[in-house]
Amino acid sequence: MTVDAKDVSESAPVQKATRDIYLPPERKKISGGDTTHISAKEFSIYYGEFEAVKRVSADILSKYVTAIIGPSGCGKSTFLRSINRMNDLIPSCHTTGALLFDGEDVYGKFTDEVLLRKKVGMVFQKPNPFPKSIFDNIAYGPRLHGMNDKKKLMEIVERSLRKAAIWDEVCDRLDKNALGLSGGQQQRLCVARTLAVEPEVLLLDEPTSALDPKATAKIEDLIQELRGSYTIMIVTHNMQQASRVSDSTMFFYEGVLVEHASTAQLFTNPKDPMTEDYITGRFS
Amino acid sequence: MNIGTRKILDRSFTAVGIGSIIVMAIALMIVVVPIVTNGIGAVFFTGTIEHRKMLLNEFRRGDSENLSSEVASSERYRANVYNMLTGFEAELETMAPEKKAEYKGKYSQVRSALQALLGPLPGDSAPMLTRSKYGQTRWEKAEEKLHDLLYESKWDNSNPDVMSKEYFVNRAIGFEGTSLVKLFPYVKDNLEKMLLPEFTVYWGFITDSSVDSHFFGGIWPEIQGTFFLAIGAMLFAFPLGVVAAVYFTEYAKPGFLNSMLRSANSTLAGVPSIVFGMFGLAFFINTLKVSESKSVIAGALTLAIMILPTIIRSAEEAILAVPKTYREASLSLGSTKWNTIMTVILPAALPGILTGGVISLGRAAGETAPIIFTAAVSVGSAIGLADVFSSPTPALSWNIYNLASEHEAASQIRHVQYGMVLALVSIVLLLNLSAIVVRARVSKKLKG
Repeated sequence: MTVDAKDVSESAPVQKATRDIYLPPERKKISGGDTTHISAKEFSIYYGEFEAVKRVSADILSKYVTAIIGPSGCGKSTFLRSINRMNDLIPSCHTTGALLFDGEDVYGKFTDEVLLRKKVGMVFQKPNPFPKSIFDNIAYGPRLHGMNDKKKLMEIVERSLRKAAIWDEVCDRLDKNALGLSGGQQQRLCVARTLAVEPEVLLLDEPTSALDPKATAKIEDLIQELRGSYTIMIVTHNMQQASRVSDSTMFFYEGVLVEHASTAQLFTNPKDPMTEDYITGRFS
Repeated sequence: MNIGTRKILDRSFTAVGIGSIIVMAIALMIVVVPIVTNGIGAVFFTGTIEHRKMLLNEFRRGDSENLSSEVASSERYRANVYNMLTGFEAELETMAPEKKAEYKGKYSQVRSALQALLGPLPGDSAPMLTRSKYGQTRWEKAEEKLHDLLYESKWDNSNPDVMSKEYFVNRAIGFEGTSLVKLFPYVKDNLEKMLLPEFTVYWGFITDSSVDSHFFGGIWPEIQGTFFLAIGAMLFAFPLGVVAAVYFTEYAKPGFLNSMLRSANSTLAGVPSIVFGMFGLAFFINTLKVSESKSVIAGALTLAIMILPTIIRSAEEAILAVPKTYREASLSLGSTKWNTIMTVILPAALPGILTGGVISLGRAAGETAPIIFTAAVSVGSAIGLADVFSSPTPALSWNIYNLASEHEAASQIRHVQYGMVLALVSIVLLLNLSAIVVRARVSKKLKG
């Protein structure tokens, strides 16, 4: 089953499904959460000649949780990593179209990617704490940005660890090496490390795929905690997870954004037959 | 493939592997055991009274009162020898001219053998060289010299078809019927009383300068020179190498220039070290004129150029081995490339970089060829730190070669040669051990 990329992107204008977000009763509407934070316009990403993300147009609302689902190799991670320009690490990668963050072009000529990454934090598939102490891991970002006051650093570390719901587990061993923590703790530490630089957006790239169910549950709880404070985007293979944690969902297939709708709608009443096939497990 | 062949093939690897390791181990034993046993002999040996005299006169070491009483007791036994000699000299005067000529030749041989054994005899003019001022300082050497005194070495070349063979003739027979015939058994029986051998621990071998081109004394100038050269080379090569490795791994854009630079680097790693020596002479001394002629700085720079490719390679590999995830994590926190390199990548690569560095340090300490034309002299005193820009220095690697092959009395000072080899091997081994320790400690710190 293949999709003609052109057809889809031409037929699909900027998908504003989340503008009139449909929230199930247990999810609260977020005040001020109806402004567009990130916006893609005919945005394509190439690896050399290969077009990995094809002319995606979408608006992502601030403070809500957006999930990105789709089969392996569909470009969902590539799209996520393009938001804070982590794809710059791949020399052959280039983009066309526009990706706006707070109305400014992410790939603009004068964009400072370092400043951008400070505002757009990222947590990766595999927990990747630095081989330093827990304290130094969290303090790494603030120190980079010029914070050297020990007392203030300690405050930031505690606040970040509390936000990431790991403070109670590590408060008595902040000077121990972070690699001594369990996988789930490491991942929450990575979230805390990202929060310490006070980003506006949190990108989670399959944050639970390397974790056991218990640790996964903790990360999901954490996402619920952070919802409303940060614009969160999460790439996941796990559709249950997407439906549990997100307010809106994007479905990618072979680089094309097939459908972007509120999670409740996408999972109960998908507009596109392909989305339906995917969420019902007819292909993966 | 059937199961039998498969098993035989698998086992053949084990067998050949273990076999080659055993061969290596045996070869290593054959080399290392004599180095260690003979090298230790440079510090721990049975020294004679001549050694203690030498120490007191040349190095102002030892107890002069104790020594003078020893000398007195030794002289009591030596006096008899001297008396026999003067007796025989008087007897020589009374002989018929042709007999006198015959005995005179033999007698001068005896005299020089005795000089080698006991030092200058009464009636000798004051010797020019320090080495002739003293008799045998080591007991095992004294025993060899005693043999030279008792037996005359002759060569049997009567049969032109076979190699001529050495044989020994008892000198005493040649003096049958004269008064000197008593000398030989007397010296043989009383040598111990004349030389007073006792077990000696001579740490000065490590800390003293040498006297009369390594005849006496120690190898401190060589050890110090080796350290100066190796550490000097590291001071230049290590920072440069790490920076170059960072450039190659982090900044260089793939392309023609980059691949040229890389293959140039690999080629440099394989250039024979003597070529670096010539280069050092031509470039650092003749062109750049870092010093008038040979100097520590020129040698250190030459060694630095020699080890640079290795340092770059090992640092490059260490940096490439840092997980990509560290880089991503750091960048995603809003870190600049520079900060990522300085605070995450280099610390994580440190064990590998250090290992490569210390192994290169060992190589710099052991290399001979690059310093022949640029830094090394065969005999010299320890130089001060301020002299590194102008003075050459002796160094272990070069002096081992020099002492073994070019020294005018190489066979007399085997213990010094072995001592130097042992010192060099220990230094290199120590450096490699410290590399292992540092690596283990740093990676333990990183692993948590």
